[in-house]
Amino acid sequence: MATIKLNNLRHSYLDNPRGDEDWALKKVDLTWEDGGAYALLGSSGCGKTTMLNLISGLLTPSEGSIQFDNKDVTQIRAEERNIAQVFQFPVVYDTMTVRENLAFPLRNRGVAKPEIDKRVVEIAQMLDLSESLDTRAQGLTADGKQKISLGRGLVRSDVNAILFDEPLTVIDPHLKWQLRSKLKELHQQFGATMIYVTHDQTEALTFADKVVVMHDGMVVQSGTPVELFESPEHTFVGHFIGSPGMNVLPGSVVDERIGYCGYTVDAHLRADQLNGADSFELGIRPEFVHFADQGIPVDIVKVSNTGRVRIVDTRHDNDLIRVVVPEGESIPADKGYLQFEPYRTTTYVDGWRVGDKVTPISSRTGAATRSQISQSQTSAGSAS
Amino acid sequence: MSQKAQNNKAWWLVMPVVILVAFNAVIPLMTVVNYSVQETFGDNVFFYEGLKWFGQVLHSERFHEALGRQFLFTGIVLLIEIPLGVAIALAMPRKGIGVSICLVLMSLPLLIPWNVVGAMWNIFALPDIGLLGKTLNAMGFDYNYTRQPFSAWATVVAMDVWHWTSLVVLLAYAGLTAIPEDYFQAARIDGASAWSVFRYIQLPKMKRVLTIAILLRFMDSFMIYTEPFVLTGGGPGNTTTFLSIDLVKMALGQFDLGPAAAMSIIYFLIILLVSWLFYTFTMRNEN
Amino acid sequence: MSRLKWLVPTLYIVFLMLPIYWLLNMSFKNTNEILGTFSLWPQTFTLENYKTIFTDPTWYNGYLNSISYVVVNTIIAVTVALPAAYAFSRYRFLGDKHLFFWLLTNRMAPPAVFALPFIQLYSAVGLFDTMWAVALAHCLFNVPLAVWILEGFMSGVPKELDETAYIDGYSFPRFFTRIFIPTITAGIGVTAFFCFMFSWVELLLAKSLTSVAAKPIAATMTKTASSSGYELGLLAAAGALTLIPGAIVIWFVRNYIAKGFALGRV
Repeated sequence: MATIKLNNLRHSYLDNPRGDEDWALKKVDLTWEDGGAYALLGSSGCGKTTMLNLISGLLTPSEGSIQFDNKDVTQIRAEERNIAQVFQFPVVYDTMTVRENLAFPLRNRGVAKPEIDKRVVEIAQMLDLSESLDTRAQGLTADGKQKISLGRGLVRSDVNAILFDEPLTVIDPHLKWQLRSKLKELHQQFGATMIYVTHDQTEALTFADKVVVMHDGMVVQSGTPVELFESPEHTFVGHFIGSPGMNVLPGSVVDERIGYCGYTVDAHLRADQLNGADSFELGIRPEFVHFADQGIPVDIVKVSNTGRVRIVDTRHDNDLIRVVVPEGESIPADKGYLQFEPYRTTTYVDGWRVGDKVTPISSRTGAATRSQISQSQTSAGSAS
Repeated sequence: MSQKAQNNKAWWLVMPVVILVAFNAVIPLMTVVNYSVQETFGDNVFFYEGLKWFGQVLHSERFHEALGRQFLFTGIVLLIEIPLGVAIALAMPRKGIGVSICLVLMSLPLLIPWNVVGAMWNIFALPDIGLLGKTLNAMGFDYNYTRQPFSAWATVVAMDVWHWTSLVVLLAYAGLTAIPEDYFQAARIDGASAWSVFRYIQLPKMKRVLTIAILLRFMDSFMIYTEPFVLTGGGPGNTTTFLSIDLVKMALGQFDLGPAAAMSIIYFLIILLVSWLFYTFTMRNEN
Repeated sequence: MSRLKWLVPTLYIVFLMLPIYWLLNMSFKNTNEILGTFSLWPQTFTLENYKTIFTDPTWYNGYLNSISYVVVNTIIAVTVALPAAYAFSRYRFLGDKHLFFWLLTNRMAPPAVFALPFIQLYSAVGLFDTMWAVALAHCLFNVPLAVWILEGFMSGVPKELDETAYIDGYSFPRFFTRIFIPTITAGIGVTAFFCFMFSWVELLLAKSLTSVAAKPIAATMTKTASSSGYELGLLAAAGALTLIPGAIVIWFVRNYIAKGFALGRV
């Protein structure tokens, strides 16, 4: 086990990267604490797999360094880094039995025979593979094969970390859930650092203690599920986490403050933030938008009932604003007014959040600000 | 595996193929069978002879020798071409312009008419004016494929290796490039050696294409006619007279139609039997 | 060790090119030089041999004959194989497995076995010494091969494509020609390549089924080799010219070659 540190890490698949778009991974500084259960979340092509392969040593970074427990391993090859990795598609050695598959990494490392046998039996038991130990791996189902891939990682007692690259993609939905709980259980049992790559927020939020969100080759935020939900550092995180995602509205600058439709948010922008910036935006989660007697005038476009709550699509000019309405509250027929919870409204310059805290909204009309901060502690679970 | 629908109307779709192939295969085969049980003295007068010709061919030393040479030749070329082809495929580049260059240049021998292959090697190996023959003799080897059986055999084998190894390379290469990258990455993580990667990943994944390669090479080398005929004419003596050469000599040269027809049928059955045995044996472990 | 990996294919290609280089070398020499001296390149470079081929009708007609039966054979083989391969890839029908196996056995029939019966058969139907005889005879091995390769490609196309089209009201012929064939053009290209290849390189049947009018180039060469006292330069030039159609075809399908071999099903 080890603490993994990435320093100024950059990677490009090209020999001579020129523009920004040539970099698959754009400058990452990140520390993975020993024994943590991490999820690496992002849409496809954002650099998740690149980062994983850099950690495991399948790729050597173009720039920067990687440290395991303060020891530089940047130039050390994958087979010597003591990392286990489970891939998207199950990898089993077809001609071997399940037992031989599990023993393979140990045999390659010259572990003594009795020790191998002992470990293999232990791991097989843990993964419910004991009964099929002597059958050929080829004939197993997808989840059986993926368990073997996993087992080959766990069988080594010296691994620094176990990396999962969307390991449940090819698994049936009902088995997905089972295998994920198994992983969680194994994490508690082994205490190994686990990094779980996925593009599915439910998977990420249920597996991990800490989620790292990537977008366009960058780490945009790293935090607990609650942090990601309550204060997204980047509009992408707002969109990506939560269902439905955050409303991100085009803002205008009034008196060095970002505002929307005459409402400004109490975060002063500094001169360097104002100059040369391309976009000013304002973000509010649908959970924190409410219908009121006055405020932003909107047309009601669509109401969808998801069971516990109703999601209302509304429109102000050309901007779609989603509202989550709990049971029992009424929805206006076709026109209404919206209020944003001031402490929940965030501001973004060029996609990145500005201001230290979520700050209250001030309105020219002087509508009552709701004091709901204490009761809006929304857990990540309800966001998914 | 997706379930195919039962539909006997599909016969209409295969009908053109059946008619065309039957016309080319069944009628000539019937002719051969017909000859194989009759004796003719010209003028289209035939006498039924039963299985006499089959007995004669099966007991003739000439057939035994040709058959022995045939198996020896096929065995040698398979033993050289399959491992060599796999080795070359393993060493081939995976991306870039090198792939196209390799594929195009390596395919070239496959598209040369077979008699041109023979003629080309004839010119190449001539002891006095051929590059190969002249070089070997200059190096002190006593090489003359028109006179020495060993030289003739070596030349015929070298020619077949030159002609057909590329087919094995192409098949093996296709099999190798179809292996997902994940396998190689997992093997690195597992600390597998290059040999283990070959033994446990590449070889098992190539099994299907190698089966095709071995079958095709077996069939074609067993039927070989044109190339050695042009190069050596079956000589010196009868030393490179393989089954097809012998058969054509018998049928079109000596016009011994009965024995030639009986030999054709035995020949065909041997190929069928060996192919079937090989196929069932290798595929036995599947499913 | 992996640094030297490129050596293996390179050495192999050098080995492949040596006889071809020698053939080209010979084709640019005159008979005197061929028989009199041993030289790695022509001392007196001549195009005489090529000139002879391009001006003598017995030579250049040989090329035209070969090309015409190869092209006709390729078209016939692919055309009849398409519906049959579709049937094998989509349906189960009475005797399908046996039929498939029987088709493949024809790929195992030695042409030497069929040479004589073919002469009689095609004489009887009046096609002897026409390019049609060769084009049809080559179907013996090319049609099974075409069915085999195409079936592999078609099995890779999801059945949902057919079902959607039928639901959208396509009739079978319209679906097959408008939708299905365009989706497997790569497979058809590969199949055509192999049919072209095996028809182009085969000589025994082509030679047996023709005498004067439709004689293929390869047979003209054999005759030169045996009758006119070994005109090696001419023979080499004729041989060198037979490389060209193959090289052109390879260049066009280079990206499909490897795939085409792999997708055929055993």
